[in-house]
Amino acid sequence: MTSPDNVVTGRPENIRAVPVRHPWRWVAIAVIAVLAAMLVHMLFTNPNLEWPYVRKYLFSQIILRGVWMTIKLTILSMAIGIVLGVVAAVMRLSENPVVRGAAWLYVWFFRGTPLLVQIIGWFSISLLFKTLAFGIPFGPHFAGENTNKLVSLFVSALLALSLNEGAYMSEIVRAGILAVDEGQTEAAQALGMTKLQTMRRIVLPQAMRVIVPPTGNETNGMLKNTALASTVGIFELLRSSEAIYNANYKTIGLLIVAVIWYLAMTSILQVGQFYLERYYGRGSTRTVALTPIQRARLALMGNHGRGGAN
Amino acid sequence: MTGLMVDAQQVHKSFGANEVLKGIDFQVAPGQVICLLGPSGSGKSTFLRCINHLEKINAGRLFVDGELVGYRQQGDKLHELSAKDVAKKRTEIGMVFQHFNLFPHMTALGNIMEAPCQVKNEPKAEVRQRATELLAKVGLGDKASAYPRQLSGGQQQRVAIARALAMRPKLMLFDEPTSALDPELVGDVLAVMKDLARSGMTMIVVTHEIGFAREVADTVVFMDGGVVVEQGPPSEIISNPRHERTKAFLSQVL
Repeated sequence: MTSPDNVVTGRPENIRAVPVRHPWRWVAIAVIAVLAAMLVHMLFTNPNLEWPYVRKYLFSQIILRGVWMTIKLTILSMAIGIVLGVVAAVMRLSENPVVRGAAWLYVWFFRGTPLLVQIIGWFSISLLFKTLAFGIPFGPHFAGENTNKLVSLFVSALLALSLNEGAYMSEIVRAGILAVDEGQTEAAQALGMTKLQTMRRIVLPQAMRVIVPPTGNETNGMLKNTALASTVGIFELLRSSEAIYNANYKTIGLLIVAVIWYLAMTSILQVGQFYLERYYGRGSTRTVALTPIQRARLALMGNHGRGGAN
Repeated sequence: MTGLMVDAQQVHKSFGANEVLKGIDFQVAPGQVICLLGPSGSGKSTFLRCINHLEKINAGRLFVDGELVGYRQQGDKLHELSAKDVAKKRTEIGMVFQHFNLFPHMTALGNIMEAPCQVKNEPKAEVRQRATELLAKVGLGDKASAYPRQLSGGQQQRVAIARALAMRPKLMLFDEPTSALDPELVGDVLAVMKDLARSGMTMIVVTHEIGFAREVADTVVFMDGGVVVEQGPPSEIISNPRHERTKAFLSQVL
């Protein structure tokens, strides 16, 4: 079929072909470069950005206190929200229809109303219940306390954020639990593990692989949703910035301060999420994702070795 | 009481309107190896799952080592066992699944150590020692720190066998242990099971490996349509089946 001259003997030469040209890529690069240059130019030359005030207030006491309040609200709300979410998710998967229904109702209500409404609602809870007390249902009660004393401003914001978060988390956790193969539960039961042991040791750790990425998303969202608490007068990051620019009218400068802090905090979260995903991904892929440090070390030592074929 | 490891009396099981087991009678003495053969859908796996109460039976009586499975008899009334008691009884019965069902987030050693540590609260060092020995016994002494996905199917199934053995069961159930394996990997798993049979373990094996049944089984049980069609020593059932259905099945698999 082939002429004798064409018969390949030994290893053929490496192919050296003319690569396909991509003229439009260069156009895109040019456009983006011009826009970036304009942005940088504006950042340096526009006096309305009020950079001196950014510098002055970025690490000021009042802003730092606001940052701390934002962090506190985020961490506590997420922690409570995750616990509520796991409980509600396990309840949703219960065999008992009443338990299942209660969890469904919780999710339905707190996911079905705006977070801002819930924040204002918890802030105004004392209008609904003047005192809160322990007692016999429908009967007499014993120890009681004025609602406004029990539910401080901070507690009302925390309640609103965490109850709302729990409703969203429960759906995320439920999806994670359902993603774990039924054979895992069977194997655990066949070994004599109880339902609780099976959930805690076998199902949830595997569900985490599915749960962590959207939870990272939720944490990121929570960090920003804490700004809603400013509406009821909690001095978190946004409210603290507002307080300053209400006095000195340097609105843009102080909004930039807030933006810088929000970006800094969400960036740190992203790093944490990477390591969490890496931890819970163990055993699910043949090779574990490299950390940036490992990648840098590998790049320094030359690209051959582990990075190659798998 | 009866001296039998497993004693099934007229066991019935339905899924909704679909009756899968229609009165199974079946005895296993300690140390015996039983192979359950039969076409798919004949109820073999379901029956196996009834033995450790992964499925609840609807009628009849099922005893393991003289005790009712899943129930407690008081007078002429049956009381359901609590989940805790059921779990406790399962610790005495090892089970190996068709799809291995190893815990993917734990290493091979972790898989084996999990139940003795968590369920029986045995000291970790002791369990580790035993798990390492078991891994060596199934020919995977060098795979202790490997995760299941880094192992071949045959290796995973051998880890699964070691995991079940770590609980020191008195009865081992195998649910088509080689059906999900590539043909060249089946031999290693069967070799481990043969060793186990020789060591005197009571085993009930649902399988399509006729050669294994012929060589290892004390009794071969042929099931079809939710009933035991015939049972006896492998030389009798496999070489000279009497029932038409057994003949038809064997002519297809041999």
